[in-house]
Amino acid sequence: MKKLINKPEDVVIEELEGVAIAHPDLVKVHYNPNFVVRADAPINGKVGVISGGGSGHEPMHGGFVGYGMLDAACPGAVFTSPTPDQMLEATKAVNGGKGVLHIVKNYTGDIMNFEMAADLAKAEGIEVEAVVTDDDVAVQDSLYTAGRRGVGSTVLAEKVCGAAAEMGRSLKDVADVCRKVKGWGRSMGMALTSCTVPHVGKPTFDLPEDEMEIGIGIHGEPGRTRMKVKSADQIVEMLMEPIIKDIPYKSGDEVLMFVNGMGGTPLVELYIVYRKAHEIATKHGLKVVRNLIGPYITSLEMAGTSITLLKMDEDLKKLWDFPVLTPGLRWGK
Amino acid sequence: MAITRDNVISWIKACAQVVAENRDYLTSLDAAIGDADHGANMYRGFQTVLTKLPDVADKDIGTIFKTVGMTLISTVGGAGGPLYGTFFIQAGMSSAGKLEMEVTDWSAALEAATNGVIMRGKAALGDKTMVDALIPAVQALKEAVELKLSLSEALSRSSKAAEDGMKATIPLVARKGRASYLGERSAGHQDPGATSSFLLLDTANKTWAVN
Repeated sequence: MKKLINKPEDVVIEELEGVAIAHPDLVKVHYNPNFVVRADAPINGKVGVISGGGSGHEPMHGGFVGYGMLDAACPGAVFTSPTPDQMLEATKAVNGGKGVLHIVKNYTGDIMNFEMAADLAKAEGIEVEAVVTDDDVAVQDSLYTAGRRGVGSTVLAEKVCGAAAEMGRSLKDVADVCRKVKGWGRSMGMALTSCTVPHVGKPTFDLPEDEMEIGIGIHGEPGRTRMKVKSADQIVEMLMEPIIKDIPYKSGDEVLMFVNGMGGTPLVELYIVYRKAHEIATKHGLKVVRNLIGPYITSLEMAGTSITLLKMDEDLKKLWDFPVLTPGLRWGK
Repeated sequence: MAITRDNVISWIKACAQVVAENRDYLTSLDAAIGDADHGANMYRGFQTVLTKLPDVADKDIGTIFKTVGMTLISTVGGAGGPLYGTFFIQAGMSSAGKLEMEVTDWSAALEAATNGVIMRGKAALGDKTMVDALIPAVQALKEAVELKLSLSEALSRSSKAAEDGMKATIPLVARKGRASYLGERSAGHQDPGATSSFLLLDTANKTWAVN
């Protein structure tokens, strides 16, 4: 294992120390339990929005804490959900009296830990709503699985829910925005290489030099199928087809297209992916009205990409364009 | 013969040892069908448990179990944290105030613990999870109680049932947890959660049967 780390067990804590030193104007880092919180939290009269999950997906979630996005983020160990005490303390730290929204990705561990935290917060008199994102179309047979995984849509949900909260909307209204993203967003990813969890020390899965995994999860969970590597255009077709067919998106729909890097894929390749994905969307009559291109929900150093489509309406466009000022995403302010 | 408070402390310490010895094994099972963190998470949890044991060594068995559970919840993360945390908290509620457990008490505690895991994880027998090891162990223990078998015979049967349940997960297709994303491809691999559950019960057998 070759990594820019000191000791595997110190990875998360030393990353948090770096974040705290780098962005004191935007965030504070709370230790034991660990969470990243807006420097100006709690904000009276504003709904708090928090998320959390295993580390290793940076900038999600800690990089999205700040004005117009998350109020706090709880990092677990690498690829391991955080614990209820983290979410409870983060919920209390961002509660401005109007309740707190938990944005939870659909993984068994995340759900259980967030549920326990929400129960504890409610017992302390804080109003909590939780919305679970589950946009990964690679997981087909949902009745016999833990359900679809929460992936790219989560980043988009955090952006628009953060904007809605900043505008002063109620907890129910902010949660409704999240449910809209859950209903209208779909994703699929692929990997060219595996990734290595620091405390494991060897690749999560073996992928021969000339093969790829279609439908990969953001923790290196195997996907739908493994095959020989194809051209970028062919790969994009394999990702876009199941996405478009899923809701299904209709001709004339306006969409946000999010082309995400898994951590080890350079922007030059992501733009090649975007070019083809845009062409396919256009051919289906979809109008790409907003986009996001870059590594925003990563899987350590995995090479690969994921594509997310989110159907947009006037409100979502307004929320997307609303100013945001976080370490990982910033515009308009 | 009964299981004393000191026996319980010895079991928890032995669990920490066994988890440490099997850390890489559990992680490699998890890497095959999950996300390669089960061994590291359980290790982190039980190492922290070791630091908490001195504070409760003179308390009742219920308090000891509940302390183990709360510690696992706040340190393990993943699905294992809430599930094993709930396991020990429910066992603790069942054994509250007790300074020693007869085999019937342990049977009741294990059943309460297993029911807690089922409730928290919403898994059923055959879903390729922890409960595939736990439910047969509970059944075997209850039968042993009815047959009025000795403690060591009861523990041995319970451990064997957990082992059989663990091995029976190999051909199963996972329906819960991260392994379920694999569908048919999860078949042919032993479930890491069932494996850690077996290890804990097998450790109970080895630690307590010698008394």
